[in-house]
Amino acid sequence: MNHPHTSAPADGLPIYGTRLEGGKHWSLTVRAGTLMRLVDLEGGANVGMLFFNPLIPLERYNAPDTLKCQHTFKLTRGHCLYSDMGRIFCSIVEDTAGWHDTVCGNSNRALVKERWGLKSYQQYRNDWCQNGHDAFLVEAGKFGLGRRDLAANVNWFSKVCTNHAGDMTFDPGGSRRGAFVHLRFEMDTLVLLHTCPHPLNPAAEYPRAPIALELRHAPPVEADDFCLNACEENMRGFENNRLYRQCGCPPGGGGTC
Amino acid sequence: MLKESALSADSARYRRVIPAGDYWFDLVREGQRFRIVDVEGNQAADTLLFSAADPAERYSCVDTLRAQRNVYLSVGSALLSTAARPLAHIVADTVGRHDTLGGACASESNTVRYALEKRTMHSCRDSYLLAVAENERFGLTKRDLTHNINFFMNVPVTADGALTFADGLSGPGKYVELSAAMDVLVLISNCPQLNNPCNAYNPTPLEILIWDADVS
Repeated sequence: MNHPHTSAPADGLPIYGTRLEGGKHWSLTVRAGTLMRLVDLEGGANVGMLFFNPLIPLERYNAPDTLKCQHTFKLTRGHCLYSDMGRIFCSIVEDTAGWHDTVCGNSNRALVKERWGLKSYQQYRNDWCQNGHDAFLVEAGKFGLGRRDLAANVNWFSKVCTNHAGDMTFDPGGSRRGAFVHLRFEMDTLVLLHTCPHPLNPAAEYPRAPIALELRHAPPVEADDFCLNACEENMRGFENNRLYRQCGCPPGGGGTC
Repeated sequence: MLKESALSADSARYRRVIPAGDYWFDLVREGQRFRIVDVEGNQAADTLLFSAADPAERYSCVDTLRAQRNVYLSVGSALLSTAARPLAHIVADTVGRHDTLGGACASESNTVRYALEKRTMHSCRDSYLLAVAENERFGLTKRDLTHNINFFMNVPVTADGALTFADGLSGPGKYVELSAAMDVLVLISNCPQLNNPCNAYNPTPLEILIWDADVS
C-alpha cells in the first residue's frame, strides 16, 4: 500500500479533501491534470465558482463563450468551461445533478437583507449571512483582482430553467443529497468559490447547505474521451489547449503546464 | 414587447452611422435618449455600458436577467450595473426581443466555434480592444470588457436547456431606444461576424441617434 507521504497517489485516489459549510468562501490554484470532486452533502447546495489563468489573470472564465460554443443554456456532463481565449479551464467528466446554472450571478448584500434579513457578524459571528458578491470580492482581492475582474460565474448544483417566453424559474429540487460533479482541469487554473445561496433560492431561511471538495489525480485524456468528443467545438478547444502547453506558458511558469 | 418611440429623427441632437466592423464609444448623459437603428436589417449591435463616474461599475448581464427573471431584453428592461443599479432603460423597441447571453465574438472563440484557421477574422472583441486603446481618457482596458448586450440578435433558450441562434426578428429600419438613468459610457461594436446568421452573413451599417432630455 502506498504511503501518502512517500509516494504519489495513484490515479483517482484523493490528494486532498475538505468540507465547506454553506455561506463560506475559499480559493485555490489547481494544476492541470487534477480532478475536483464536489459533493452536495445534504441536498440544495450552491457553489459559486470563477476561473482565471493564474499566470495571466486577464484570461478568465467566459460564460457566454462557454454556452454558445456548446449550444447550451445549462452545464452538465460533457461540457467544457471555456476561457475568453478559446481554451478550456476544465471539463465536466461526471455529473449526477444534471443541470448547473451559469447565468444568474450572485446574491448580494441587498438581496440577502431583503430575503433573509440582516444577520451581522457582530451578532451572529460565523453564522452571519454572507453573500456571493462580497465572497468573490474577498477571494479575488487575495490575488490582486477586484470589481473589474468579476463576471458571470457558475452556480454548481443550482437549476434555473426557462419557459417559451424566457421566464426563469429556480428548481428547489435541482440537486439532491449526495449529488456530485467532477471537474477535470485541462490547464492550471485559479479557482474562486463560495457556498452562498443561489440568488433565486426562495427558501424561507438563509440556506446553509454544506459541500465536500476533493482533489484527485485525473486519468489522462484518451482519444475517446466523452468531453473531447462531445462536439467538434470541444475538439478545437482541446487543440487550443495543446498549443498553449507547447508554447504558451513561460518557462518555469507552473508544473504540468 | 413592441413599442414605437414618439421622438422624431429630425429633433435628434446627434446622428452618426457606424459602418459594419467599426465601433462607437461615447458619453451619453443622464436623461438623454439614444436609439440604435438596424439600418438594413439583421445586424447585431454588441453593446456595453459603463457608469461614467465610476467605470468599474458596468453593465451586468447576470444581474439584469436575474432581476427581471427573464432571459430576453425588450421594452421595460432595466439594464442593471454590477452594483444592481439601472444604467439605462429600454423605452422603445420595434424588434421585440434582444439577446444578452451570447456575448461578443472574438478571434479566439471563433477558433472554437468555426475553425482554428478563422483566428485572423475580424471580431467584436478586436473592435472593443481598439476602442479602449484609442480612448485612453475613459481609463478602460481588457479587464473591463465584460458580457455585452446583442441588440437585434435572436438567441432562443429552450425548456430543456439548449441555446439556439435563430434567424433575426429584426429588419430594415427597426430600432431599440434607451433612456440613460445616469451618465453612461456606451461602447458599441457593429458586429463583423461572417460565420453565422447573426448578421445574415452580410454585415451592414447601424445608426446612432441621441435626443436631449427635454426634447419630446
